[in-house]
Amino acid sequence: MTELTRDDVLKLARLARLDLADEEVEAFRKELSAILGYVAQLDDADATGLEPTTQVTGLKNVMREDEVVDYGVSREELLRLAPRTQDGHIKVNRMIA
Amino acid sequence: MSWLPVADIAAHVQAGKLTATALVEQALKTIEEKKEYSAIIATVADRARARAVHIDEAVKRGEKVGRLAGVPFIAKDNFLVFGAETTASSNMLKGFVAPYQATAVEKLEAEGAICVAKSNLDAFAHGTSTENSDFMTTKNPHDMTRVPGGSSGGSAAAVVLEMAPFALGTDTGGSIRHPANFVGCVGYKPTYGLVSRSGVVAMASSTDTIGALARSVDDTALVMDVMAGRDPLDSTTIERESEGYAQALDTDLTGKKVGVIREYMEGEGLDRGVKETITAAVEKLRQAGAEIVDISLPSLPLALAVYYIICPAEVSSNLSRHDGQRYQFGYAEAGDLYESYTKSRGIGFGKEAKRRIMIGTYVLSSGYYDAYYRKAQIVRTKLINEFNDAFANVDFLVGPVTPSPAFKIGENANDPLKMYLEDIMTVAVNLVGIPGVSIPAGTIDGLPVGLQIMAPQRADRALLGAAKAAEALL
Repeated sequence: MTELTRDDVLKLARLARLDLADEEVEAFRKELSAILGYVAQLDDADATGLEPTTQVTGLKNVMREDEVVDYGVSREELLRLAPRTQDGHIKVNRMIA
Repeated sequence: MSWLPVADIAAHVQAGKLTATALVEQALKTIEEKKEYSAIIATVADRARARAVHIDEAVKRGEKVGRLAGVPFIAKDNFLVFGAETTASSNMLKGFVAPYQATAVEKLEAEGAICVAKSNLDAFAHGTSTENSDFMTTKNPHDMTRVPGGSSGGSAAAVVLEMAPFALGTDTGGSIRHPANFVGCVGYKPTYGLVSRSGVVAMASSTDTIGALARSVDDTALVMDVMAGRDPLDSTTIERESEGYAQALDTDLTGKKVGVIREYMEGEGLDRGVKETITAAVEKLRQAGAEIVDISLPSLPLALAVYYIICPAEVSSNLSRHDGQRYQFGYAEAGDLYESYTKSRGIGFGKEAKRRIMIGTYVLSSGYYDAYYRKAQIVRTKLINEFNDAFANVDFLVGPVTPSPAFKIGENANDPLKMYLEDIMTVAVNLVGIPGVSIPAGTIDGLPVGLQIMAPQRADRALLGAAKAAEALL
């Protein structure tokens, strides 16, 4: 049985860039432990001689022409989808203290 | 007023006996009248009316207007559609107006179909009840205290409520078949890659598929025929079958071998009524000439565990683009960029999205990757091999869609693992990449029960034929 600690949950939240409320941390600790406990049943599955499956189509190296296609969408229209913009750029908070 | 079959609607529009405008108004009126079911997030009324006028004028000029001329439809709100927000039922995307349109919608519009509304879903398609929607819970048309299933619950309910003749859904682990089974309509999940995923909000890319929900197999087949095929914008799409999916389907079950999946029928937790309904349906297939055989897929009980490793892993990757900087919601008051990421995602994502992102992050993290993610990929291979072995001996596999009929709103809400178990009979089809369909097979105390039929990869045409045959018998 995988039993996560509070620190495990906080570490995962950091890796996943999720700010969690205090009550969420404890709820997720219990719920994720139960879910990981359930999926752990794969531990006993015999995997001898089998390769992992990453896709099911069997397609390989699907190519298309490297050309510009005009979708009729302007730079301004695309920028309007972002929460904050300035001078034709997406504006973000400072990265370095 | 009930809708005519889709092909008839289009024929009447072309002949001038029905107008696209009247059809769109009928859809919008029904949506308004049945608001209390919370199936619809928003209508696309202005654009739908403009497109209807355009089609009606073309008919008056004597032009050919397409195989779906004037046919209203509803798109699950994870399809990008011009003229409407695409929220995927999430606060994260609230207000997002797409600058381009899904290929599936483009193809339907090219044949004259008209999107009238966007339907509710579990946010980002994570769930089996629509209770994970950040906006509202859709009610089951047969009992308002019960869920419609999910995640395409809004689309499924809308079809049964006659808001439109058909609706679009996505099926990553069962999200079309599950709600179709709970509300009593046809729900079709094609072979992985048959319909382009371009312009659809990504969930788990290795199992995401696009399909249709409708009142009949004929309507479903016509919609699939229009949407199927290669798309340069989605490099995982496959070639369509040369004969198409709507015409001259093989509905003769004589001599067809149908395997009944033992692990589903004998597994613990299967409702007695569901078992009886499926057993009776199988008997009717036998009477129609099908040869019924018992099939065992020994690794099938592991499919859900495989799915709940692979799906969250892919979800955590796909949802990383929602960083609070590029699409719609962003938390501006943060100090630095890191805090802007964590606050935007912490506030913008609902509980289930966060849960899946965290599981995915865990199973992909160094130290756990081999034990979880790689192991799941290997057991996925095992499942594929077992299905291939089975299909060497049978034409189709059948079983239930869920262990029980529609559950009560709130019944599973506080136990995520119990909610995940709803997917136990649908996820294998996604992991293996084969097509699967749910068709109405009966009711238990007024609640619908569906029969699930599965076929080998790329045998969609054969599956639609078998589904049509079964539909006539049940």
